[in-house]
Amino acid sequence: MGGYSYDELGAIFAMQGFAGISLFSVLLLMALGLAIIFGQMGVINMAHGEFMAAGAYTTYLISSLTETYIPGFMPYYFVFSIVAAFLVAGVLGYLAEFILIRHLYKRPLDTLLATWGLSLIMQQSFRSIFGAREVSPTLPDWLMGSVQPTDMIDIPINGMFVLGLTVFTTLAVFYLMFKSSWGLRVRATTQNRVMSGAVGINTKKIDRYTFALGCGIAGMAGAAFTTIASTGPTTGTLYIVDTFMVVVFGGAASLFGTIASAFSIAQAQSILEFFISGSMAKVFTLLTLVIILMFKPEGLFASKVRR
Amino acid sequence: MSFVYEKLFGDKKGMIGFCLLAILILVVFPLMLDSFRLNLVGKYLTYAFAAVSLVLLWGYGGTLSLGQGIFFGIGGYAMAMFLKLEASSPENTAIQSTPGIPDFMDWNQITELPFFWMPFHSFTFTLIAILVVPTFFAYIIGAAMFKRRVGGVYFAIITQVISVILTVLIVGQQGLTGGINGITDLRTLNGWDITSDSAKNLFYFINCFLLLAVIIASRFVLTSKFGRLLLAMRDKEDRVRFSGYDVANFKIFVFCFAALISAVGGAMFTLQVGFMSPSFVGIVPSIEMVIFAAVGGRMSLIGAVYGTLLINFGKTAFSESFPELWLFLMGGLFIAVVMFFPNGLAGLWEDYGHHITKHFRFLNRFYDKLVPASSKEVNASNSVDSAELEGSKS
Repeated sequence: MGGYSYDELGAIFAMQGFAGISLFSVLLLMALGLAIIFGQMGVINMAHGEFMAAGAYTTYLISSLTETYIPGFMPYYFVFSIVAAFLVAGVLGYLAEFILIRHLYKRPLDTLLATWGLSLIMQQSFRSIFGAREVSPTLPDWLMGSVQPTDMIDIPINGMFVLGLTVFTTLAVFYLMFKSSWGLRVRATTQNRVMSGAVGINTKKIDRYTFALGCGIAGMAGAAFTTIASTGPTTGTLYIVDTFMVVVFGGAASLFGTIASAFSIAQAQSILEFFISGSMAKVFTLLTLVIILMFKPEGLFASKVRR
Repeated sequence: MSFVYEKLFGDKKGMIGFCLLAILILVVFPLMLDSFRLNLVGKYLTYAFAAVSLVLLWGYGGTLSLGQGIFFGIGGYAMAMFLKLEASSPENTAIQSTPGIPDFMDWNQITELPFFWMPFHSFTFTLIAILVVPTFFAYIIGAAMFKRRVGGVYFAIITQVISVILTVLIVGQQGLTGGINGITDLRTLNGWDITSDSAKNLFYFINCFLLLAVIIASRFVLTSKFGRLLLAMRDKEDRVRFSGYDVANFKIFVFCFAALISAVGGAMFTLQVGFMSPSFVGIVPSIEMVIFAAVGGRMSLIGAVYGTLLINFGKTAFSESFPELWLFLMGGLFIAVVMFFPNGLAGLWEDYGHHITKHFRFLNRFYDKLVPASSKEVNASNSVDSAELEGSKS
């Protein structure tokens, strides 16, 4: 790191740190959904990235519809598109669970193959509907620009907005999973399906809504994703491996672990990117994760369950 | 005689299946197809190595690796590095600013051959590297994972991540590895032109014989005591462990063996196709190898070959005429195989094949003459296929 003064190093860390926050937000939203689906239900959802892309495309669609028909609504559409992205991805997830996943709960490795098939179909659908070219919505003006606390540091507003969205969603998921009676039923079902059924929980319904919720959050991640990059048919596959790493590294059943690991992975990636090339930053980050996981396979914050 | 027979081919069905496959790839394809198509089938057969390795690892071992592309890639790259060095002799590369190094290194302002390329001047070293490096790599991964009892889903994800790391590394280090284009423009093997049709045809037959040898070797592994333990581990790992077996070592062995098989496939791929690129290393090829095995039947060594051929024929036919339909079809196939035919083509054959085979009863008489009666009795109780049936019921 020679050649940089301390001030410059500080500024670099701050800037890359804030750039990392956008990545952190998207990764965390993706990972929250996956932590519910994979961590709680044990389903390896390889199509998770495509649910994110579905959310991103929803945002794009609403943006271009608004621009064409009601231009006056442009400053506000983004908030609605987040909700819409959640709903679209959630409904798609609901259908996927109903048609596909519910037959495979006893065969986790097979869910991997089936959802990979689903992801191929979704990718090709995106390509047929929206074209192979990458698209991005027109962002409202208030999301553009940046704040400059000092001369050298530049904080983009969209990053802050996405961070706010992520914090809100994380709190909502935390409340839903650990404080509400619905979350209690979800956790009971995942711990002991038969017993939960015996005490009167409709486990099939719980499964379906849990899966839909996980996919819906991925859809929100897609809406957030549109603020930092453009969306193509294969966008989802670029993030699916990182997302799985976040969930596995954090400890599959731990919400706090997911947050911590999303933060460390995104920041490591983002700060390393400044000093070495992007691909080597990714190699170092992933390699470190694999090595740590080889010594500590249960992840950072393992749930205290005897296996 | 009977030992060889029952250990290497399984029982009667295994023998017939093996012979049919041998006739198909050694006689029918070379007679029916022109040189271009035969070369294409040769390429598919190199994928079949990986599919066969997944039958061992996943079908019998119950450990799904999403990283067979790693080993396929290491084998392929090792062979490609040797061929590339031969193709970039100082005479051939005289126009470069540094003659004697591969062209992509010259384009990336590298002036000296990197140290890890040096040994690949030797063909003997290359052959040893193709066999040893992937096996050793698999041993490290396997030992680190299985000794800590990491398995199932986690193993699948970690192997997938390793294949991603390798791909990103190859693509990112363009000057050392040829980057996204891979190692191309391979011309000769010890002075012998490998791009000619006759060379490609020869590689096709070498490929076939190696694949058949791999199937026999895998059958031998599965019919041994180790094969029974493998099945037992898949179904009740803890019981095997409590019986005093070291489960981890068995898993490491089968993972290394699968890696070795895939690497041989990768090396043959380079020879058959004439290049190697990172698009045969990463997530997508690795999962495709799994689907080859799944479509063929995850419990059938021979089925895996048919699955590979079928999917790749389909892929070539569809992507020539309806490229946009292919992904829909492929995705649908994934889902259909998992949901409706978990035992793949081989499972369908088990269920419905007797409708066809009853027309070929006359072969039974031939078979009776061929095989002494004593070995058949042993087979009736002690064959892989009875285990296959049990597996399909569970």
